[in-house]
Amino acid sequence: MALKIVKGSIDRMFDKNLQDLVRGIRNHKEDEAKYISTCIDEIKQELKQDNIAVKANAVCKLTYLQMLGYDVSWAAFNIVEVMSSSKFTYKRIGYLAASQCFHESTDVIMLTTNQIRKDLSSPNQYDTGVALTGLSCFVTPDLARDLANDIMTLMSHTKPYIRKKAVLIMYKVFLKYPESLRPAFPRLKEKLEDPDPGVQSAAVNVICELARRNPKNYLSLAPLFFKLMTSSTNNWVLIKIIKLFGALTPLEPRLGKKLIEPLTNLIHSTSAMSLLYECVNTVIAVLISLSSGMPNHSASIQLCVQKLRILIEDSDQNLKYLGLLAMSKILKTHPKSVQSHKDLILQCLDDKDESIRLRALDLLYGMVSKKNLMEIVKKLMLHVDKAEGTTYRDELLTKIIDICSQSNYQYITNFEWYISILVELTRLEGTRHGHLIASQMLDVAIRVKAIRVFAVAQMATLLDNAHMLTGNTQRNGICEVLYAAAWICGEFSEHLENPMETLEAMLRPKVATLPGHIQAVYVQNAAKLFATVLKSQEGNTDSTTAQEASQLMIDRLPLFVQSANLEVQERASCILQLVKYIQKLQQKDVEVSEEVCALFAGELNPVAPKAQKKVPIPDGLDLDAWINEPPSESESEDEQPKAIFSKEEPKHSRPRHTEVDEKELARRREARKQEQANNPFYIKASPSSQKVYQETPGVEHIPVVQIDLSVPLKVPGLPMSDQYVKLEEERRQKERAEKKKKDKKKRKEKRSGRGKKHDSGPESEEDITPAHMVDIVTEEMPENALPSDDDERDPADPHKALDIDLDKPLADSEKLPVRSHRAAEVLKSPAEDEEGENVSSLEPKKKSSKEKREKKKDKDKDRKKSKEEKKKKKHKHEEKEEADLLCGQADEPAFQSEETNEVVTPPTSTSADVSDLDFWLSNAPVPSNTQEAATVAAAEAAPAPGAISVTTPDSEPEEPKDTEMEETKSSKHKKKKQKREKEDKEKKKKKKHHHHHHHHGDKGGEESVQNGTVEEEEPLPPMSNYCLLAENSYIKVMMEDADEAYDIQGNLQDGSQVVVSVIFENKCDSFLKSMEFNVLDSLNSKLQRPEGSGPHDSLTIPFQLPPGVSNEARFVFTVQSIIMPQKLKGTLTFIVKNEESSTHEKLDFKLHFTCTSYLITTPCYSDAFAKLLESGDLKSSSIRLEGVNMPFHHLLARICFHHHFSVVERIDSCASMYSRSIQGHHVCLLVKISSQTVSVDAKCDEPTLLGNVLDEIKQTFSQC
Amino acid sequence: MIKAILIFNNHGKPRLSKFYEHFNEDIEQQIIRETFHLVSKRDENVCNFLEGGMLIGGSDYKLIYRHYATLYFVFCVDSSESELGILDLIQVFVETLDKCFENVCELDLIFHVDKVHHILAEMVMGGMVLETNMNEIITQVDLQNKMEKSELLLADKCSFA
Repeated sequence: MALKIVKGSIDRMFDKNLQDLVRGIRNHKEDEAKYISTCIDEIKQELKQDNIAVKANAVCKLTYLQMLGYDVSWAAFNIVEVMSSSKFTYKRIGYLAASQCFHESTDVIMLTTNQIRKDLSSPNQYDTGVALTGLSCFVTPDLARDLANDIMTLMSHTKPYIRKKAVLIMYKVFLKYPESLRPAFPRLKEKLEDPDPGVQSAAVNVICELARRNPKNYLSLAPLFFKLMTSSTNNWVLIKIIKLFGALTPLEPRLGKKLIEPLTNLIHSTSAMSLLYECVNTVIAVLISLSSGMPNHSASIQLCVQKLRILIEDSDQNLKYLGLLAMSKILKTHPKSVQSHKDLILQCLDDKDESIRLRALDLLYGMVSKKNLMEIVKKLMLHVDKAEGTTYRDELLTKIIDICSQSNYQYITNFEWYISILVELTRLEGTRHGHLIASQMLDVAIRVKAIRVFAVAQMATLLDNAHMLTGNTQRNGICEVLYAAAWICGEFSEHLENPMETLEAMLRPKVATLPGHIQAVYVQNAAKLFATVLKSQEGNTDSTTAQEASQLMIDRLPLFVQSANLEVQERASCILQLVKYIQKLQQKDVEVSEEVCALFAGELNPVAPKAQKKVPIPDGLDLDAWINEPPSESESEDEQPKAIFSKEEPKHSRPRHTEVDEKELARRREARKQEQANNPFYIKASPSSQKVYQETPGVEHIPVVQIDLSVPLKVPGLPMSDQYVKLEEERRQKERAEKKKKDKKKRKEKRSGRGKKHDSGPESEEDITPAHMVDIVTEEMPENALPSDDDERDPADPHKALDIDLDKPLADSEKLPVRSHRAAEVLKSPAEDEEGENVSSLEPKKKSSKEKREKKKDKDKDRKKSKEEKKKKKHKHEEKEEADLLCGQADEPAFQSEETNEVVTPPTSTSADVSDLDFWLSNAPVPSNTQEAATVAAAEAAPAPGAISVTTPDSEPEEPKDTEMEETKSSKHKKKKQKREKEDKEKKKKKKHHHHHHHHGDKGGEESVQNGTVEEEEPLPPMSNYCLLAENSYIKVMMEDADEAYDIQGNLQDGSQVVVSVIFENKCDSFLKSMEFNVLDSLNSKLQRPEGSGPHDSLTIPFQLPPGVSNEARFVFTVQSIIMPQKLKGTLTFIVKNEESSTHEKLDFKLHFTCTSYLITTPCYSDAFAKLLESGDLKSSSIRLEGVNMPFHHLLARICFHHHFSVVERIDSCASMYSRSIQGHHVCLLVKISSQTVSVDAKCDEPTLLGNVLDEIKQTFSQC
Repeated sequence: MIKAILIFNNHGKPRLSKFYEHFNEDIEQQIIRETFHLVSKRDENVCNFLEGGMLIGGSDYKLIYRHYATLYFVFCVDSSESELGILDLIQVFVETLDKCFENVCELDLIFHVDKVHHILAEMVMGGMVLETNMNEIITQVDLQNKMEKSELLLADKCSFA
């Protein structure tokens, strides 16, 4: 035995180890493959030995060879052997090899289950660690199912090293075994608050990964993440959380509202670029999600853009790249803020880094406007010249076309310019994008009627100079444009100045070297041109030109008849025979032109790309059934979809019946037009579209600016688009001048004639009218077109299976499988599962009551409401809970008789978690502009139930005193029952302290200003900016005035708009409807009413209120002067309706606009602040507040919150603060505190405003 | 998620490849070649991000790389990772290697690819970032190496007993 061991170790001494193998490979550079194959043979020998050390060494070498691309799956079993060694050294080698080459179809994996389980429960933490690491790479559905429970146990391991690995691997387990998600989730959630930062980070990682794919299931975790965000200092964790919020905000705009402030703070405070960048990104996401709701975040957008500019200007290319990337996100929703940085972006086009240039190009796409399109494209054309022969040039080319053609050529004011650009682009040799240019030429020529004359002339020039494009046909994609040129010249040949010349150009022998499909188009369109020549010679006594044309055709066409391309051959021979026949007729002096023209009569309309696909199958149509009577051909033709490159195909069939019966065709066409006119679903083209050939379309009365085209036409291939830029500039100037000459009538005409495509143009560009009355033909779509199919998720996406509602309580059947023969586990795990459940539900009892409630929720809402009310009055929640439970059970049979008795609740129900979220979200953004405020502790959990109802001092006069009563009511406000009850106890304590004007349960600064970090500081009392306007026994009206004010710059000369949110809450048991809101306007402030209504008309509130429900409405006021506070009297009328009767009720209220409400929280840098103070434009004033008994940071937080200031700088007990009014007044404060005396020195450019603001601040603190 | 971590030298020779999604060996080699091709033709002072190759990833994936002396460190990641964060992670990785190998150079990676794997395993697990604190990583790696040494000593004693 001893001998054997010795022998083994001696063997080992002679074996190659990994280093030897590597060295060997390096020494055999010329016959590496051969050397390696001998090594593999050696390894195979080594693997046959019993000695585990030898085997491990062999496996180690195999891992290396695997990296070099050698398949080592044949050794899978040996790898498993090494994995199961009892020595850590070998085990690690085995697991590494397995993680590199095992995958789902490796069959020996099923042998490893027990080994892995053993390792997971090993007393040595590194055995466990190595097993977890390996497993993370090769976990299969079977392994995941069998080991899920063991791994879940490890999530609570005593060693953080194991915990973090176990947490992380759960993600892989979820992917492979989705059923494990729900049972494991409570514990995972618990790990978010693990004392070890590594474990916490892992948990955040996993949940972020899960939530990224199915965000809506994780919304209820938002408060928890919010807390982490405000307390964590780990940038990795912060980045992950902030990214997660970026994914959640689109689902819940209220969340975004809440996030803006803390994110802004982070942006200001962090020094880590990575964190700053992610914050900016998420703020952008928030702004995008809010963009529809409230336009009031110009400060945040400004901040983002400003920070991004700093990134872009940085010398670090990485920051530059990311800055541009984020900028393009802002661009989508706030193009104006980005457009002002055009200079910077154009500068990036010159960057040496291609990635950066491409990003800058992306940005340009969104930055063009009618004003700057020409200028930008001119710049790009310069770059095109510079970028000779690179792929970047192709990219530029596509971008130019993208930019110009976006949203239906929205930004093009001069199509002659665009055609010139396209023609210039044809000079690019070796581009792959000939197709693209060609299709643009076709598209523009077809859809912009007014440009056809010009386009045809340009195309004729192109055809004439075709040799310049075809220099090197093989690898030259640019000759594709000849396809477009030929087709345009043929189709619109009536516009050609000299059709005979063009005809000649199209029939040159050189054409035969072009690709077949282009030749085919040449031949076909030569025939069209021929028809036009004949027509133009009609009535001409001298018929030589016509005969020359026929002769030319007959001379040249035989070349094409011999073509190897079938299409060319067929067309050419048909046309040749036709022309020969025509020639005969010509010699007999027979008039033929009309018949020949009829061959090509008819208008082509563009058809939407998906038109065919979207035609719905009509009811009763069986596509497989035999159709006895085919529909008449001509009728179906017009509806056929036409791809851009196959436009002339439908025409082949047309000549037949036109020749047969010209009259019949005309009749049919007339009938069809009639039918289309009567069909409401038929999208009509312009009125002239059907009759181009009968009469020239209304081109004459279109004001086409005279441009001397002789230059571009006679010098082909020279840059010419440039002159349009100049011309356009002149034209615009002229137009502006004309406009001043009050040419109003004309303008009206133009505007109405401009059509659909201009509707979306930005307002500032209204005055740039296009040079031509372009008439863009709308694409045709079939009637009843189906909505476009949304991208469906890849059914193979493993994340689809993880779309699981996590808020539902666990069912018994959902326990993770536990191996029954392992007695210890059986005893342990159910208990643990339960423990997990408990974590999620806080109290199991509550959970069950919740479940039941969900079932009957909808039907039972009202009853519950009243129950709730009673309960609150008694203030005995524990008992109530039970009572409720009993009631619930008693009620149940009535509702459940039909339902099965499953424990699982319907997935749509809103569980407590969700309504908690509602509650949390309903709180307005926290005023914490300062770092201090952000970290200052607030109340531990959610706010007191009675809090919302209490009013701010502003509205004291109207406020009823019955707070007790209000408490009951307000609790209904956000349909929050569960949570409130749970928390009532803690809150009661707090209520005693905060039961004054400023609490503000619903505003709940609490959650968001979560403490956690600064426990020793006294919690900041909750604050509210909702004030009660009025209430009676039916309804309560509350107003939020704080951050709703916003300015609409430039819209009104010196007026501003203020948005007021008013919450209406139904307090009675009846239905409230027909609510009307009216305010007596003052000279200064006016309620904005819809157009057409008189100055005293009331506004109808667009909702009704069922009992107990509250809803929010917004009203816009126009305010002239903002330097004085305003009071407006108003009335609310509504109808109270119950089963028996309905009565008309009325409620008077007063709206109070404080000067503060016109201030906007605006961040300000200390240097800018200093400059402002130095400027000397500001008047100063000051106040002193005596007996202020609160910490300085509370004081600041209060000023920030109630008066919309932000802290610029704080030094000990002295702070400078800044705010800006909606009309741009700067307000600066210097706040000092010394032994209960606060002095506020203030400066502002408007003394009256300043005085009023200071008064209001004084008032706020006099009530403390 | 991180989809793959690749280290190769200026000539495209792989020094470490770690794929967190299974590909067969041929495709892995193609990916390495393609990535090398994309990364190597970039100048020194251009940005470190690349919109991914054809074989790996797709539109959601990015290549984030750093070039140190003779070696390229390339991470292929999806959009859930922060670009700058990953750059920092590469830095941490390299610094850790530097500590563990004492002035790391390409030869260390060539001859001790297994050790590099073990270090990486303490930083990234199954495509997710496990630990970013360098001291923590080094502590764990050292403890494991110590264990390995003691086992080897024991084995030697046994065999010569």
